[in-house]
Amino acid sequence: MRATVNRKHLAVLGVLAAAAAVATPAFAQGAVAPQWRWLAFSVFGAIIAATMFVTYLAAKRVKSAADFYTAGGGVSGLQNGWAIAGDYLSAASFLGIAGLISIWGYDGFMYSVGWLVAYITVLLVIAEPCRNIGKYTLADILAYRNNPRATRIVGAISVITVSTFYLTAQMVGGGVLVKTLIGIDYEISVVAVGVLMLAYVLFGGMVATTWVQIIKAVLLVTASIVLVIMVWSQYGVFGDFLSNVVADPKVQARVAQILGDASKGMTPEQLGQRFLEPGLLFKAPIDQISLGMALVFGTAGLPHILMRFFTVPTAKAARVSVIWAMAIIGGFYVLTLFLGMGSAMKVGADQIRAVDPGGNMAAPLLAQALGGGPDSLLGNFMLAFVAAVAFATIVAVVAGLVLAAASAMAHDLYVGVIRGEHVTPQEQVKAARIATVLVGALAIGIGIAAKGQNVAHLVALAFAVAASANFPCVLLTLYWKRCNTGGIVLGMIVGTFTAIALVLVSPNMTYPKPLKAAAQKVLDGSAARKAKIDADLVVAADDKAKAAVAKAQAALDKDVAGAKATLERFGKDDTSLVGLEKPLFELRNPGLVSIPLGFLAVIIGSLLYRDKRAEDMWDELYARQNTGILAAKATAH
Amino acid sequence: MATAVPVRIDWQAIVADPRFQALHVAKTRFLWGLMAFSILFYFLLPLGAAYAPGLFARKVFGPVNVGILFALSEFLVAWGVAFVYARRANAEFDRMSAELIRDAEKIGGRK
Repeated sequence: MRATVNRKHLAVLGVLAAAAAVATPAFAQGAVAPQWRWLAFSVFGAIIAATMFVTYLAAKRVKSAADFYTAGGGVSGLQNGWAIAGDYLSAASFLGIAGLISIWGYDGFMYSVGWLVAYITVLLVIAEPCRNIGKYTLADILAYRNNPRATRIVGAISVITVSTFYLTAQMVGGGVLVKTLIGIDYEISVVAVGVLMLAYVLFGGMVATTWVQIIKAVLLVTASIVLVIMVWSQYGVFGDFLSNVVADPKVQARVAQILGDASKGMTPEQLGQRFLEPGLLFKAPIDQISLGMALVFGTAGLPHILMRFFTVPTAKAARVSVIWAMAIIGGFYVLTLFLGMGSAMKVGADQIRAVDPGGNMAAPLLAQALGGGPDSLLGNFMLAFVAAVAFATIVAVVAGLVLAAASAMAHDLYVGVIRGEHVTPQEQVKAARIATVLVGALAIGIGIAAKGQNVAHLVALAFAVAASANFPCVLLTLYWKRCNTGGIVLGMIVGTFTAIALVLVSPNMTYPKPLKAAAQKVLDGSAARKAKIDADLVVAADDKAKAAVAKAQAALDKDVAGAKATLERFGKDDTSLVGLEKPLFELRNPGLVSIPLGFLAVIIGSLLYRDKRAEDMWDELYARQNTGILAAKATAH
Repeated sequence: MATAVPVRIDWQAIVADPRFQALHVAKTRFLWGLMAFSILFYFLLPLGAAYAPGLFARKVFGPVNVGILFALSEFLVAWGVAFVYARRANAEFDRMSAELIRDAEKIGGRK
């Protein structure tokens, strides 16, 4: 009875999401040309139909809180490996890294390495112990031998903080992405992503979320392999492929553009080769190291990734799932090298940046070019397919995040803290579903409110908080006998606040004063530029020279308009969000400072606080996390 | 829930059991050793790119330079670490824990 009602609701939600996506009157210009939009919607529709069908099947299986949060612990290692990849490979990594490589060459590829190495930490010290002692949430691990109330509160707050940062970046990024790809209005994209995700999570819980993530990961990997085969097949071995990159005039022009005056005197061959060398994008090595630390330690503290280890029955299955995830994620990042370099040749950095300055459109544009260009059926089919995969990517990642935040809210705060564990199984499931709707509505609301904001750094901030607060707390409660409630509470607070505070005073924020000064300089210099253009026009003899003058005029107009807009935007405003004229802290990522501080806070808090229970329970926790005694029994129910 | 653990297991005795101690020592050395190696190897990449750009730019064959090979080696090393760990854990740690799980309720002399 109950299940039927649920499934009827599901159908309504599915139709709503599809209608929102298809019956949109207001189209802006997207990468997919209007006459091919039906193709994009057909591929979208097929993917939505498949995932809705999976959700329909899953809805029958979700009866208890364990089913809802962890699919009853019945996911296999292989399935979970694909689901982790689906949870982790967000649009930022799928589209973003290929884009970085296509625009910046080697540095973009170097950036991708940390995302894989992060899983070594997860594999060696986090996944199996968490499976052995955890239940549904990160705070379950913290509450094991510490004061459950205190650690659940700080744990849940940190989980919700991290998930909300990540979620905001996904919602805003997703809205922009769908708009850029097919021209659907930003708000409608955000609502469509939110409603679809709610349909999966609300009715299918972790069972549906897992399958949506698996489907998405399979689609993503398949699409990437097909593209790489197509882009590579015309060349011979690896060296031949790169020789063609080096010899490509578009690549050489791009390097000359980045280097500016420094490129004078370099041969075309040297320019092309420079694309394969470090230093075009990253100037400050310490920033790279700080970001690397946030990635390598933060992944192990991401609640939606940790939660995936509670869905498998044993520690061994957790191990198998990380190994599969590493194979898939690593293989994918190796493919991005070819996607990025391929689009640098086939599409060119200028055209990629014209559609999206961040380079996110590199892979979709490559697909279109490989299929035969903007006017061909195959080219547009491939573009539509990649666009649909990107959309599925966002929905799958968002579903995992919402589930993690909702479990912290319902399981830790409501059931654990407010109700003191005294709830019926029905109430638990109900609380989980209500929390899901709340978080889902919040995600849609934030997504719409944050329109036009630069949220790219929020993913890095989520990793930084996870690395500075969650990771030290989880690691030390698992491996350090003296760790106790005092350490967890202090570590969570110090880690979270230093990471956020350092970002608020970092160069990531917008500082109007230098921007306004630069804009004023452009305006002041515009008269001289105009005079030069006029002089050039007089002496311009042939069409080529005239075209050059027209181009210079267009560039001048654009610069002046941009400068005026900047001055208008900030008005009398001279300071950043927190009232600074210039950054106080020079690193873009706080990890280098906030991670050690987080560890230090856990250690100091533990040493200053006396907690007999935490010490008494150490043997039990340590024996269980190492061996898995009682773990199999705990999941059987 | 954590507190619902049956009292009949003597955790102190399990931790004191020589088989658990052997597992603990083997795991601790192996895991933290691998972990330290992996992290150091990873940070060699941004450090090398920043402080030894000349080395990274040195061509090995065709246009393929040290930097590209080193970045690719990061992937191989990560997979290698996963492989080495999985082999040891499957062969050794799992067997040691299986024994402890089997005898968990007997260790410490309680019934």
